[in-house]
Amino acid sequence: MAHQIIATSRSRTGIPTGRLAVWWVIGSEILIFGGLIGSYLLNRFNHGPSWSVEAANTNTFIGACNTFWLLTSSLFVVFAHAASEKRDAKKTRMWIWLTIMLGGFFMGFKTYEYTTEIQHGFTLFTSNFWSFYYVATGLHGFHVVCGMVIMGIIAENDIKHGRNWHRVENIGLYWHFVDIIWIFLFPLMYIAK
Amino acid sequence: MAGHKHPSYLKIYFILLALFVVSVAGPEIAEKLGLEGVSRTVLVLSTAFGIAIWKAYLVCAYFMHLKVEKIYAPYILLACLSLLLVFFFGTATDAMFSNGHNWVKSYSEEAAKEEAQSRSHGGHDDHGDGHSDGDHYGEDHHDEGDHDGDDHNKEEDKDSHEAH
Repeated sequence: MAHQIIATSRSRTGIPTGRLAVWWVIGSEILIFGGLIGSYLLNRFNHGPSWSVEAANTNTFIGACNTFWLLTSSLFVVFAHAASEKRDAKKTRMWIWLTIMLGGFFMGFKTYEYTTEIQHGFTLFTSNFWSFYYVATGLHGFHVVCGMVIMGIIAENDIKHGRNWHRVENIGLYWHFVDIIWIFLFPLMYIAK
Repeated sequence: MAGHKHPSYLKIYFILLALFVVSVAGPEIAEKLGLEGVSRTVLVLSTAFGIAIWKAYLVCAYFMHLKVEKIYAPYILLACLSLLLVFFFGTATDAMFSNGHNWVKSYSEEAAKEEAQSRSHGGHDDHGDGHSDGDHYGEDHHDEGDHDGDDHNKEEDKDSHEAH
């Protein structure tokens, strides 16, 4: 049974309801990740020398590769959005699945990195730096996995059947935000040593 | 936002990649040149974090289309960012001090640095050498326990001394 659409856009803001909701989600995520990053910075300012020694153990190459995967996936998801505006289901699904693939690369590299760190004794409880490292990157990784799952659902449940095209843009906004979070986590955890 | 003309996404992507390379190269160059003090801080901050802000702006403006989005979306984001700044500066004024009324920070940066260095010897440089990291980790925790215990005893001694 087809569902009845109640409201597709807000008259006051002129923004479609779904997209406005995504902006609110992103606003709340700014507070979640921003609070975490702000706390990290306060600790870093206070404990600079010891945290530099700890940060020297993170793998910059893996971090750089993951930055590359996410930047490229951001490009792919805007290509998916552009294709969805032309109502090209085949191309939209192709770009979405390529984005999911790069998200998979990111998580694969992250898993290898975690395994190596833990094998060398750097766990969640080793020190304050490593606690921040695992919480921040773990929370970010969780967002990446959520984005991949939602994109898979949109590609197979909506776009394949030629409906709910606006969801491509909505998940794209979320995915770009996940990319922006990594843009800040990368220098904090991997570069500033 | 179907009505507006798309920017060249590929061009934005290549700018982002170039900025990414600079952000990695900057701190590496500082390391290679052996820069210390203010010059190192300026180079690392500007290349790593300055460029991160620039990259975030490009993604927001062009990939997320914030430049052509209705003004309410930037308002939502700026309101949340403002709340974040209130949190940061509200807590920083307390967190950045090392002591205050009725409290003293017992944390020793020197001890923490030595501990971190001892951990690093068993870190990435020792791949595959059969080093028992589990033992090393256990030692660290043992040390921490002793350290905390010492502090606790010192406080008790101080209290008993004051009582006398």
